[in-house]
Amino acid sequence: MKLNRRAFIGTAAAAAGTFAAPLLVRADGHAKPRVVIVGGGAGGATAARYIAKDSNGEIDVTLIEPTRTYYTCFFSNLYLGGFRTMDSLGHSYGTLAAEYGINVVHDWATGVDRDAKTVATAGGYTIPYDRLILSPGIDFVDGAVAGWDVTSQNAMPHAYKAGSQTELLRAQVEAMPQGGTYAMVAPPNPFRCPPGPYERVSMVAHMLKETNPTAKILIADPKEKFSKQGLFEAGWNDHYAGMIERVGPDFGGDNIEVDPNAMTLSIDGDVTNVDVCNVIPAMKAGKIADLAGITEGNWAPVNAADLSSKMDENIHVLGDACAQGDMPKSGFSANSQAKVCANAVRGALTGSTVFPARFANTCWSLIDTNNGVKVGASYEATDEKIAKVDGFISEVGESAEVRQATFEESVGWYDGITADMFG
Amino acid sequence: MKGVARYILAVSTVAVAAVAHADVGGDATRGEDLYRQCSSCHQIGAGAVDRVGPHLNGIFDRAAGQSEGFRYSSGMERAATGGLVWTYESLDAYIEDPRSLVSQTRMSFRGFDDQQDRDDVLAYLRLFSDNPRDIPESAPTAVAVDHEVAPEILAIVGDPAYGEYLSGECTACHQISGAASGIPSITHWPSEDFVIAMHAYKDGVRLHPVMQMMAGRLSNEEIAALAAYFEDIE
Ligand SMILES: Cc1cc2nc3c(=O)[nH]c(=O)nc-3n(C[C@H](O)[C@H](O)[C@H](O)COP(=O)(O)OP(=O)(O)OC[C@H]3O[C@@H](n4cnc5c(N)ncnc54)[C@H](O)[C@@H]3O)c2cc1C
Repeated sequence: MKLNRRAFIGTAAAAAGTFAAPLLVRADGHAKPRVVIVGGGAGGATAARYIAKDSNGEIDVTLIEPTRTYYTCFFSNLYLGGFRTMDSLGHSYGTLAAEYGINVVHDWATGVDRDAKTVATAGGYTIPYDRLILSPGIDFVDGAVAGWDVTSQNAMPHAYKAGSQTELLRAQVEAMPQGGTYAMVAPPNPFRCPPGPYERVSMVAHMLKETNPTAKILIADPKEKFSKQGLFEAGWNDHYAGMIERVGPDFGGDNIEVDPNAMTLSIDGDVTNVDVCNVIPAMKAGKIADLAGITEGNWAPVNAADLSSKMDENIHVLGDACAQGDMPKSGFSANSQAKVCANAVRGALTGSTVFPARFANTCWSLIDTNNGVKVGASYEATDEKIAKVDGFISEVGESAEVRQATFEESVGWYDGITADMFG
Repeated sequence: MKGVARYILAVSTVAVAAVAHADVGGDATRGEDLYRQCSSCHQIGAGAVDRVGPHLNGIFDRAAGQSEGFRYSSGMERAATGGLVWTYESLDAYIEDPRSLVSQTRMSFRGFDDQQDRDDVLAYLRLFSDNPRDIPESAPTAVAVDHEVAPEILAIVGDPAYGEYLSGECTACHQISGAASGIPSITHWPSEDFVIAMHAYKDGVRLHPVMQMMAGRLSNEEIAALAAYFEDIE
């Protein structure tokens, strides 16, 4: 963290065990420091809840989020596999507002004035902040897949933001003709949830095995390797033998064109008729990060110790949108980063103790009924980045009991993390 | 501490390791300069092939002696049969003094004595291996270093305020309400039970990879702080 005057006063006061708040009255006369958070997902909802909870009313927290119900991307693949209902993935912001006193504004943030320290919304409001936290998730890179843009997402859904897109994709899989082809265009690195596309393939395969066993799955993948590759490939072999074909970059998986009208996928010029085409394009930070002028290339670079933007010390960026180092873009990571950020922001604004940053991630994937695998790691903040320290991964060939316990654990994690986000 | 010694120590001190703190990976730009000493034998980057030595793309996490078609020395083949994998630690030991890790290796390089040089070269090599962000299970970029442990673990009085902050690491999975589905409740445990359980994970006696990892990086004071917080949680 930079040693600016505010942090210095705060740290000294905390160390001496004395009060700090009176020194921190806002210049504009507003009695309490104000934190505005854009995006009520894994990063934003967690940060809002922790700042409000831990500051005991000393900080005004405003959360700007357009949707009334947040559908988690995590476990949305399980909905595709028939293991979860869509309702079970939806969460409201009622508890954050009622029990934590967070001002939840259902609106889009459309711009950030960094000099005036205000956020503009589509509804026409201007909301001032002392610290701004952006956790807007991802948007897609224009033109990343030839032939595809957002106007074709109904014919060829991405289902990489959960909700109607996920429902659409499932309806399309259910409507596939017997023996038909489900194609996936996998994204290049880095992208949201490294094992996500491959868990999805497992879940679609599970559904097809039950209802349409002669159907085929074709993956066009621009990457040489992917997360949990050994575990997924062994699982596909054991559970869905002969159903799944993956075309990597050596065979043209990185040279793709789609035609949403004709429902064709061309891999290195070789055209295939498909029945479902799940196009997951290359990703970038949610647009508002760009509008705030804090991105470099596709992502927003941040300091590892407190997730503050490298371009503006009053703005922090969490989750998928930030370029922080080694952590994968996952809900678990965003939640972990949010707590470190909340602690640092509270310290900077009220003088409360700032503890050293530490981060962790665990990511579960379901391969078939009661067959879960996981990968995880711990991280720490270095001057350069969030750096991986230690990790583990499930083994190929584990017993059915271990795999079932891993799946049950993932259900517990889902309940735990959503309680941690929404109260 | 010498690289080889640290490598061996890292394997043998699991039971007493307290906090694993990490040296930052080095400066890849400086490493690129230092790498010139390697480049007459080893190619790296797009289109790299085996020459006098094997190419070094994807070296992290690769089992030793695995570049297809390359004729390794019998020393390296022996090490490969013995299960040598190129981790940060083993590579660090190898480039410090190749022959002390793999006797009779054909690599005639005398080694980089300086830890910073080694960190920098490894940071450069790291650019051509998997990025943990994209392949989370790939090798760490930070070097784990072990600290000494205080003896009277159970006598430590934990600070619940610190425990509350640390509990953020637990509540991504364990519910603060005490509700439990596939993950057990950890609220209102007698603090001694909590401390014993955490140390059992830390020492590898209780087997759960997530918990072994989480406990493994907690100091005795931090475990005590968590125990104090969860014991009296509202
Ligand atoms: C299929 C799939 C499976 C996944 N599985 C897992 C898993 O098992 N485990 C795991 O840990 N992660 C998983 N993930 C990844 C996880 O969903 C994301 O990494 C996580 O949601 C990122 O959190 P975030 O806060 O960055 O973004 P999000 O959770 O996407 O939240 C961003 C929020 O910002 C809002 N927003 C965007 N722009 C604006 C704006 N201008 N104004 C106001 N609000 C705005 C959006 O409406 C959204 O609610 C999965 C993802 C996918 C797609």
